[in-house]
Amino acid sequence: MVANLGYGALVITFLASLYGVGAAIYGVRKNAPAWVDSARNAMLLTWPLLTISALSIIYLLVFGHFEVEYVAAVTSKSMPLYLRVTALWGGQAGSLVFWTWLMSAFASAVTLRKWDRDREFLPWVIVVSLVTLAFFLVMIIFFENPFERLWSVPLGNPVKAMFQPAGAELLVQSDGRGLNPLLRHPGMIIHPPMLYLGFVSFVIPYAFAMAALITGRTDDRWIRLTRRWTLVAWLFLSLGLLLGGRWAYDVLGWGGYWGWDPVEIAAFMPWLSGTAFLHSVMIQEKRGMLKHWNMVLVILTYDLVIFGTFLTRSGVLSSVHAFAQSAIGPLFFAFIGLTFITSVALLLHRWNELKSEAHMTSLLSREALFLLNNLLFLGILVVCFWGVIFPLISELVTGQKVTVGPPFYERATGPLFGGLLLLMGIAPLAAWRHSTATTLGRAIWKPFIASLVVLGAILVGGVRQPAALLGFWLAAFVSSVTLYEFWRGALARHHKSGEGLPVAIWRLASRNRRRYGGYVIHLGVVLMAIGIIGIEIFQSETQGTIAQGEQLTLGKYTVRYDSLANFDYKDGRNIARAVVSVYKDDQFIGELHPRRDYYYESQQQMTIPGVRSTWEDDLYVLLVDWQPVSADGATFKVYHNPLVNWLWLGGVVFILGTLLAAWPDRDPEPVAVRVSRVGYAPAGD
Amino acid sequence: MEQSAATTTQSGLAGRSKFIVGGLLIVAAIIYLIVSSTQASAQYFLTVEELNAKGSSVMGRDLRISGAVIGDTIQYDSQTLTLRFTVAHIPGDNSEVEAQGGLAKVLHEAVIDANRPRLQVVYEGVKPDLLRDEAQAIMTGRIGEDGVFHAEELLLKCPTKYEEAVPEQSEG
Repeated sequence: MVANLGYGALVITFLASLYGVGAAIYGVRKNAPAWVDSARNAMLLTWPLLTISALSIIYLLVFGHFEVEYVAAVTSKSMPLYLRVTALWGGQAGSLVFWTWLMSAFASAVTLRKWDRDREFLPWVIVVSLVTLAFFLVMIIFFENPFERLWSVPLGNPVKAMFQPAGAELLVQSDGRGLNPLLRHPGMIIHPPMLYLGFVSFVIPYAFAMAALITGRTDDRWIRLTRRWTLVAWLFLSLGLLLGGRWAYDVLGWGGYWGWDPVEIAAFMPWLSGTAFLHSVMIQEKRGMLKHWNMVLVILTYDLVIFGTFLTRSGVLSSVHAFAQSAIGPLFFAFIGLTFITSVALLLHRWNELKSEAHMTSLLSREALFLLNNLLFLGILVVCFWGVIFPLISELVTGQKVTVGPPFYERATGPLFGGLLLLMGIAPLAAWRHSTATTLGRAIWKPFIASLVVLGAILVGGVRQPAALLGFWLAAFVSSVTLYEFWRGALARHHKSGEGLPVAIWRLASRNRRRYGGYVIHLGVVLMAIGIIGIEIFQSETQGTIAQGEQLTLGKYTVRYDSLANFDYKDGRNIARAVVSVYKDDQFIGELHPRRDYYYESQQQMTIPGVRSTWEDDLYVLLVDWQPVSADGATFKVYHNPLVNWLWLGGVVFILGTLLAAWPDRDPEPVAVRVSRVGYAPAGD
Repeated sequence: MEQSAATTTQSGLAGRSKFIVGGLLIVAAIIYLIVSSTQASAQYFLTVEELNAKGSSVMGRDLRISGAVIGDTIQYDSQTLTLRFTVAHIPGDNSEVEAQGGLAKVLHEAVIDANRPRLQVVYEGVKPDLLRDEAQAIMTGRIGEDGVFHAEELLLKCPTKYEEAVPEQSEG
């Protein structure tokens, strides 16, 4: 009953989407605003309908309707309520519904805004959103239906179908198969929705870009209208990536946070093009340049979002994220191809109207450095894309499947990331238009000297690896430049208005959120870089089997095996929990409890590390194996991960910076922002 | 704006060309990074059958082998952290796997079929949680002179239980 309701709601949503597309186009053609309004109503109808559908799934999940195959696949009786609710996105079919629900919410929110001066965009924004929505609904209704039930037929295996096949009876399974225990982690429960939010909100800037191309209103109005959407999309995507990394570190038990897995890369690629886009739109707003380029970036980001969903959903690449291999792959591919070709055709059609209003004159001007930043971001994107599709290409060309692993990505992207850090230090001090080595040098020498002092201190501290020295120097350089920018701005305010320095810094940042939010993000990146350098270059490990009372030594740390308890826990798992004492320089500093959970129901084990985390380093202890007779001892693997906490701190700063940049302004038009920007512009803009 | 446009016309081609040269240099650097990194870290993806057919010609090369784990052969020495097991041949091609009834079925049949080509694997490190009978093992490493595959990295997939993400268990 509820399943039929949910399915019916999906079908009606699909029909409403098709109607909306038709009505919007007809309304524009016939110049009949009533039809556009009708299309808008169709758009607004999709969200309540999809809410009904999503709630139906949640109802079935919560009340354990195991006759529905999806419910049986992702939940079981022993699962707590919150996991049953979040199982909405625990499997493929449910997460596609969740995707459309978010998409519809965002698109509806956009159509509800006041359109006043931008009314001509409205029908086309509706068309693009609804076409995207309709595509996903086709996927769900015809290929990945979460409401399908299992039916037992007199002859042969049970059949999966939406409606009762002739002569069949409903097969009610007594219990479901449950959610993979590895996914029962808070980070993993909010990680997919964050990524999805990031994915769907990138559809909005794309819809406006297409509306601008179709209507021929090719000024930068579409960019100003969608700036905040882009930032919000970027915020969620960043948050999703960070949470995924944290989850890997906490749960997967290999001492790492990022494995260059195709699915991770699939989420990373739209982030890269989106980041390039966020930077290059500033040049269009400020200088009227790079208009074609911005269109290309927004089209690319949109199709990478769809490609990302496709990659994670099709099983076309051998990924350790073992997503089901399903029929929806080719359709995704067709949709990506179609939207890409249509978008590029539109872009070519308007090519001459998007001519730059100015030219670049100086290689060291801020716009030139931004362009360079874009090249590097796209360079990393190409590396990622190449790595992901290389097995397919090599198979097509040579018949031999050749893959590339993490070493490829690390080697190829390392210098590009380094280049980006360097630019992060230089670009904020470069002036728009005309900037020479002399003007830039005058602006930069103080923070540069400061960074050299830090480098000297690190050398004295005993670090000798060239890559680490370079990395730390870059981090010091970027943070000096960024803090210097805050200092100069605050000092100027202080002199002009007599505000105290803390007040001046606060007002500076809050009156000029985009710029200073950006700087805070840069500081977050620097902190993350420090953490990444720490774990990538200085990580060390040891492993061994030791008896009770014996110890393992790693650097300054000694880990002593004290005891082990093995017991069943009420939620259906067996826990083996070791107690180890940790000594640093022979001083006792605490106990850790690495453990191994074994879930009877799913026959899945989980290795939970015992972690002692400080700002200096993490000691990460894994219980690998143990003997029932404790005299034979247990096997531990110990990682020493220096500085890794800075990665997470950097993540928090990064997100706070994005929030600052995206926070709504009190003034509807950024006039005040522009004035103050000129006031504090570096190197005499 | 007008002023800068005028400057550009004066400097003309020279102004443009430095950007084009600079851009090309960066593009060339990126291409170089991609090509050289690909060459340095390419791994040949082979099935067990292909590996047995190629014999010693692939010795010393970085290989990536996929196979079905035979549960009875799993031996783990927790003193030396040495893991030994045998995998059976499964098709390398997704569409072939699909045509034979899906990954779970293919893995099951590979394990029970005694005539399938098999490969012994040795791996040093922590025994992954997902290693069990009829799991798909994707191993990176090299073939030794003894014909045993020395895995440096071990990834596992268990398609039987879950349709959603079974996340990675990687080592090394």
